[in-house]
Amino acid sequence: MKEYQTITEISGPLVFAEVDEPVGYDEIVEIETPAGETLRGQVLESSEGLVSIQVFEGTSGIDRNASVRFLGETMKMPVTEDLLGRVLDGSGRPIDGGPEIVPDERQDIVGAAINPYSREYPEEFIQTGVSAIDGMNTLVRGQKLPIFSGSGLPHNEIALQIARQATVPEEDEGGEGSEFAVIFGAMGITQEEANEFMADFERTGALERSVVFMNLADDPAVERTVTPRLALTTAEYLAFEKGYHVLVILTDITNYCEALREIGAAREEVPGRRGYPGYMYTDLAQLYERAGRIEGREGSVTQIPILTMPSDDITHPIPDLTGYITEGQIIVDRSLNSQGTEPPINVLPSLSRLMDDGIGEGLTRGDHGDVSDQLYAAYAEGEDLRDLVNIVGREALTERDNKFLDFADRFEDEFIQQGYETNRSIEDTLEIGWDLLSMLPREELNRIDEEAIAEHYREEAAEAVGAD
Amino acid sequence: MSTTERTEAVREDGVIQSVSGPVVTATDLDARMNDVVYVGEEGLMGEVIEIEGNLTTIQVYEETSGVGPGEPVENTGEPLSVDLGPGLLDTIYDGVQRPLDELEEKMGSAYLDRGVDAPGIDLERSWEFTPTVEVGDEVAPGDVVGEVPETESITHKVLVPPTFEGGEVTAVEAGEFTVEEVVVELSSGEEITMHQEWPVRKARPANEKETPTIPLVSGQRILDGLFPIAKGGTAAIPGPFGSGKTVTQHQLAKWADADIVVYVGCGERGNEMTEVIEDFPELEDPKTGKPLMSRTCLIANTSNMPVAARESCIYTGITIAEYFRDMGYDVALMADSTSRWAEAMREISSRLEEMPGEEGYPAYLAAALSEFYERAGKFNLIGGGEGSISVIGAVSPPGGDFSEPVTQNTLRIVKTFWALDADLAERRHFPSINWDESYSLYRQQLDPWYRENVAEEYPEIRQWGIDTLDEEGELQEIVQLVGKDALPEDQQLTLEVARYLREAWLQQNAFHDVDTYCEPEKTYRMLLAIKTFNDEAFAALDAGVPIEEIQDVDAAPRLNRMGTAEEWTEFIDELEADLETQIRELY
Ligand SMILES: Nc1ncnc2c1ncn2[C@@H]1O[C@H](COP(=O)(O)OP(=O)(O)OP(=O)(O)O)[C@@H](O)[C@H]1O
Ligand SMILES: [Mg+2]
Repeated sequence: MKEYQTITEISGPLVFAEVDEPVGYDEIVEIETPAGETLRGQVLESSEGLVSIQVFEGTSGIDRNASVRFLGETMKMPVTEDLLGRVLDGSGRPIDGGPEIVPDERQDIVGAAINPYSREYPEEFIQTGVSAIDGMNTLVRGQKLPIFSGSGLPHNEIALQIARQATVPEEDEGGEGSEFAVIFGAMGITQEEANEFMADFERTGALERSVVFMNLADDPAVERTVTPRLALTTAEYLAFEKGYHVLVILTDITNYCEALREIGAAREEVPGRRGYPGYMYTDLAQLYERAGRIEGREGSVTQIPILTMPSDDITHPIPDLTGYITEGQIIVDRSLNSQGTEPPINVLPSLSRLMDDGIGEGLTRGDHGDVSDQLYAAYAEGEDLRDLVNIVGREALTERDNKFLDFADRFEDEFIQQGYETNRSIEDTLEIGWDLLSMLPREELNRIDEEAIAEHYREEAAEAVGAD
Repeated sequence: MSTTERTEAVREDGVIQSVSGPVVTATDLDARMNDVVYVGEEGLMGEVIEIEGNLTTIQVYEETSGVGPGEPVENTGEPLSVDLGPGLLDTIYDGVQRPLDELEEKMGSAYLDRGVDAPGIDLERSWEFTPTVEVGDEVAPGDVVGEVPETESITHKVLVPPTFEGGEVTAVEAGEFTVEEVVVELSSGEEITMHQEWPVRKARPANEKETPTIPLVSGQRILDGLFPIAKGGTAAIPGPFGSGKTVTQHQLAKWADADIVVYVGCGERGNEMTEVIEDFPELEDPKTGKPLMSRTCLIANTSNMPVAARESCIYTGITIAEYFRDMGYDVALMADSTSRWAEAMREISSRLEEMPGEEGYPAYLAAALSEFYERAGKFNLIGGGEGSISVIGAVSPPGGDFSEPVTQNTLRIVKTFWALDADLAERRHFPSINWDESYSLYRQQLDPWYRENVAEEYPEIRQWGIDTLDEEGELQEIVQLVGKDALPEDQQLTLEVARYLREAWLQQNAFHDVDTYCEPEKTYRMLLAIKTFNDEAFAALDAGVPIEEIQDVDAAPRLNRMGTAEEWTEFIDELEADLETQIRELY
């Protein structure tokens, strides 16, 4: 392996060096600083005689005398089942003081695309125990369902609750209880947030079936571009070679995108919307599309990426591009949060696109789809009326309208509200749904099959509401 | 992808000079623009996109990790082409027409490896060829010389290639042949096989276009009922994420009464393509009763697959569509999403350091879009007869803002606009097509068809529906200020009727076995039933019946069940009769 002391330029996270042999695109590079520190990087552009290198740990400490070594291979993640229970840094090196990791295989971290022909359509219901998700935005195995949040909102509590409670019910009956292996990829979160996650993992014993990758706020920004790839490579290995059902939590995608923007700016690329690179859609897709199921393989990769929307703006490029790739989104809402709703999930703009195939007779319950549709419609109607009632007052509204207003309030207080420790079965969730729907006149339930109404509609509740 | 034997045209090989993502430059490559080349030791497929002196720029259709300067570049001397012939249907391709099932087999993996190529159609399989010409017949380019039963529902027509001279048939064979065997010989010395190739960036020739007068019936009430697209027409569906572009495209691919469907998944999700592969073979074409897959060709270049192949997948799709058009078929092409295609152009263009236009898109964005949509239409074919291509493109505007370049440039071209609305999607009003903003410029030219095939009064009844919805829009603004109770009773009744129009007629559940497809007759009858309610209710109101009593008649909520009613004729007949009796009983 040849060493070069030919650095010609250092700019932001980039280093340019002259070479006299061909170097492959994406290849891994080691740079040794005069102080004896070894930094790692990756070839961003390779032309005859000159390469540009993106340095993961940042370029501070590098000068023109630093030596550059090209490792002749693209970045690999050493994988083994023994990774379960381990805590690694954002570049995949153990930081938990445990034994050295003896890999089974070393896999390319830039995962090749799954052949769409080889995929299996995800349709196994995951019970998270959270009504706003299970009832209204059902998650299935192999789905990518991000949490869109804002700074200071309890997205971590929601993610942790899902990680703790997620099971696939039918296997519960077999006594085994199918638990998920959890891969946690932190990108640029604070030490405090990291502690929150670690404490919860330790408290619940989840750490044993987890692999943690930590890139914290004060770790190098450029490293954030590899952390999720290491995490997903590990997830794919555990899922598709070892048969685990893997839940990948990535947080915070916003920090990841900032790192992309930083690199783009350093390369003087033509920026896309709001300064983010034009290829950010493709780049994010290469992460998110690594969720899924594969025909003939046991395991699955389910992704719950978390992102904080800058100024709560859902049209900002980060949530926008994410929403265009993922299979829905769970929206954490600031006003529900200040009203004290736990979890403060606003179901109206939330969506799970794989819900339709994961629910119903034999999967959850026959009436699930209809109930959820009806709850949506009724809540949306009640929500609309809130604006009006502020102007004209309750008295100016019809009796029908008043019922929808009450419905919206109770929907937030009883259906959405449950606290972070309550684990509701899908049965419980649907029953609460029926309690609420029964406040409305029977003929208003136009989205529900008549047989289901006959079976579940509570006549007394309707009369009680009618009476007061 | 067409894997022509390297002809004599093969020129000098070149050497890689630089690699940056999907863009590679090479020196000493003697190539023409758009030639297909094989890049590096692994032979990754690419296409020449710029030539400047001795430096050639190539977009590579596969991942370039690990590829470096000094590696060879080999030129095929041929432009990017597709293989055409029997075997295109019931198949799924990537963006450069490599069959994905073949790739899985060849790569022995569920992941897409590099440097593996496969012909677009099976060159070894034999097909039953039945000639439709005899020795002595004169044939010209585009003429049909024989037929092959390609799938259960589609007869493949073997054509004299457009590039041939034509002449007298000197020999003709019937029986089992592979696509490369000669089945017809001409006096010009030309030999016709069942296999043709065509460069994707060049439209296949056709004679002049005609004004389309027949609707592409979609079985979706809001489309057939309010904003129809013609066979040979163009439509755009823009909308923010999660508003229903893909579901609408899937609905069209399932239920539209086209002969052939080409579905291009351009830069979208893998699972959505899997869904089509899993669902379509099980679904029946409502017209022929045959599995839907047997009329369908899928092209899947998902968001995580190489971006250069995303740029080309649109062209691959439209070329295959043109080939079936040339057989006289009505083809429908869905592209989901054209925005991803535009972004692929932008990405490549920016790596080329071209001068960016609006929002970083290349200056030729508008031209590329219109060239693509121009390939739609109802055509007189060069071989005689007619064929059509309808194109329906999804558009994914950043932030859902329709003022961005891709939406705007598309709207300048297409004649049908189905505007998706996040607000409707949020309240689960599906399909979330906004009836105020959407339009179809085909409405009038299609009216004669509707009058003749559905109902003579169709256009008038439809206009009543549109007027009622418009009126609702205006009244809602007042309601927002004063509440509904403050409105006069007749206006309250209009709101009630409009609510039924929205909930019972415009809404349609794509996932309900019955509701998913609604024939035009049913669409019309449902609308008529709501009008019956309207007419009876207003008559009662005029007779002094209080509005609450009218609204509360038992039969009214049953309007909401029309869509899901299986025996809909009986259901609606009965419902109309009940509405009439019950409302008339009030006075
Ligand atoms: N006609 C319909 N009937 C029932 N549900 C629908 C209908 N149209 C859309 N939906 C619902 O809306 C969801 C989102 O629709 P879809 O996937 O088509 O959005 P999209 O516009 O393609 O979004 P993206 O741009 O992110 O791909 C679907 O998963 C489904 O739940
Ligand atoms: Mg879509």
